[in-house]
Amino acid sequence: MSNAVAITKSQEREGEKTKAFLARNKYLILRRITQIGILGLYIGGNYLGWKILQGNLSTSKFLEVIPLSDPYAVLQMFFSGAIVGVDVIIGALLILAFYGLIVGRAFCSWVCPVNIFTDVASWIRVKTGLHKEEKRINIPRSTRYWVLVLGLILSPILGVPAFEFISPVSATHRGIIFGIGLGWTLILAIFLFDLFVVKNGWCGHLCPLGAFYSLISKPASLLRVGYNLNKCIECMECKRVCPEVQVLWMIGKENKPVLSGECTNCGRCVDVCPENALFYTLRFKKSGGDKNET
Amino acid sequence: MTDKKPDPRRRKLLLGFLQGIGFSIVGGVVWSAIVSENKKDLLVLRPPGAYPEEEFLKKCIKCGLCVIACANRENIPFDRQGNKMVTLKLAAPGDGKPLGTPYFIPRQVPCYMCVDIPCAFACPTKALDVELLRNEKGEVDINKARMGVAVIDYNSCIAFWGLQCDACVRACPLMHKAIYIDVRRNRRTGKHAMLVPVVDPDYCTGCGLCEFVCPTDKPAIFVLPRDVALGKIGKHYVRGWMETEENVEEKIKEREKELQKWQPKTPEDYLNTGDLLDE
Repeated sequence: MSNAVAITKSQEREGEKTKAFLARNKYLILRRITQIGILGLYIGGNYLGWKILQGNLSTSKFLEVIPLSDPYAVLQMFFSGAIVGVDVIIGALLILAFYGLIVGRAFCSWVCPVNIFTDVASWIRVKTGLHKEEKRINIPRSTRYWVLVLGLILSPILGVPAFEFISPVSATHRGIIFGIGLGWTLILAIFLFDLFVVKNGWCGHLCPLGAFYSLISKPASLLRVGYNLNKCIECMECKRVCPEVQVLWMIGKENKPVLSGECTNCGRCVDVCPENALFYTLRFKKSGGDKNET
Repeated sequence: MTDKKPDPRRRKLLLGFLQGIGFSIVGGVVWSAIVSENKKDLLVLRPPGAYPEEEFLKKCIKCGLCVIACANRENIPFDRQGNKMVTLKLAAPGDGKPLGTPYFIPRQVPCYMCVDIPCAFACPTKALDVELLRNEKGEVDINKARMGVAVIDYNSCIAFWGLQCDACVRACPLMHKAIYIDVRRNRRTGKHAMLVPVVDPDYCTGCGLCEFVCPTDKPAIFVLPRDVALGKIGKHYVRGWMETEENVEEKIKEREKELQKWQPKTPEDYLNTGDLLDE
């Protein structure tokens, strides 16, 4: 019985695949190119002395002059009681402005190297239907905000930027650029956690960096995913692939763009939507119309 | 007392909050344990211009710009396999050093004491601060670096056997200042001299070139952090014979104040009461 249902479902899905492979994976491919390209620039910066991007995601120099800094790391340094250089403060403000005002939480899906591994875990889950059968372990998505605050509370107690000492994100990125040591165990741990413990467990539930970028891109970030209720056929493909499903609450309900800061602007929903009901848009741009308009 | 039943929603909210707090404390304890173990490495050697360890760990953002500056500097030497001799490394998991911070191991690659100090100038957070490297003339001077101090284990130093080895002295960028040769009588032969190396911590920068060149299997001269290797003489020892000694009277007065609080030790603290010899 359930087999039969599965077959008809997959047949339906085959039928829906009206978009060509490239169109179906456009932003995914662009994202991988961006992620790996940025990594490549950093690696070249260390081993070959390229001057485009030097350093790592904690702090880097863009074109030798412009500083870029992880604002959450700088905030932790403040809390730990350090008086830091002007460079990193400028760098942190630049990053804050870039993500907070322009591209939203795109750091997580377009830059962060951990995303590559967690996406693979999530992809395997969706392909195998693992998340429908597993014994559900419930970690609320709000946990990350607690971790975020905890990192700031622990920094003065420990006298060091607390999250920076355990951050798998920094460790992975640093490891890829400067030599990984046993850092691969961290990546493996996150991968297995996402695969077998909680779907989108690290990026969507625990990572305080993601939480930080969610908070700063909530009020004003320009780039958003728009939604047109008229075009939507409610196939729910978008919800199947979205790493932060709760942001897509309006699907089939309201004609509203995705405004939650937790949306990583990964564009996966835009990719998979067979009717182009989801698309990149700007925050204040009017789009769509209501259902009766057609 | 009110006769109203407690609002179940409020109750649930409060419970959720308490759960969050409880979970945070559990997580915080584990988190703190990991961090405080990881940051406690007494033997780590930092790049030139680093603040004392505690301050350094606060300020270092682990970006690796110092490592990049070190790896991409001019006149970098190559080893026999043709690999760049990069002094600085960024601690990866498993290195046993505070995660992500720069360090060096002189026996593998020492600090070559670049006069332009690219690593210190590269630091964006001033965890490495060139202001700490200013000399008397106010110039930034690599010889003011205090990365550590060389220590000699004279039991494994062949110069103390009477063999002629001055590898460390000749490798020292501050030859005859940071390491100088002391001529001593060779008591074994009774008629030769021993030319032994002696370190002067006032000049030693801790670059580790001596450790790098030392010919013994495990180096007889090695760099330790200054905190670990150097003692400290109390203020009450006054060198009355030195004209340069400053504030002698103040020091004596201070000591007199301290003495009023002094609790003398009893003879049992000093003397062997015999209990160790029982067996």
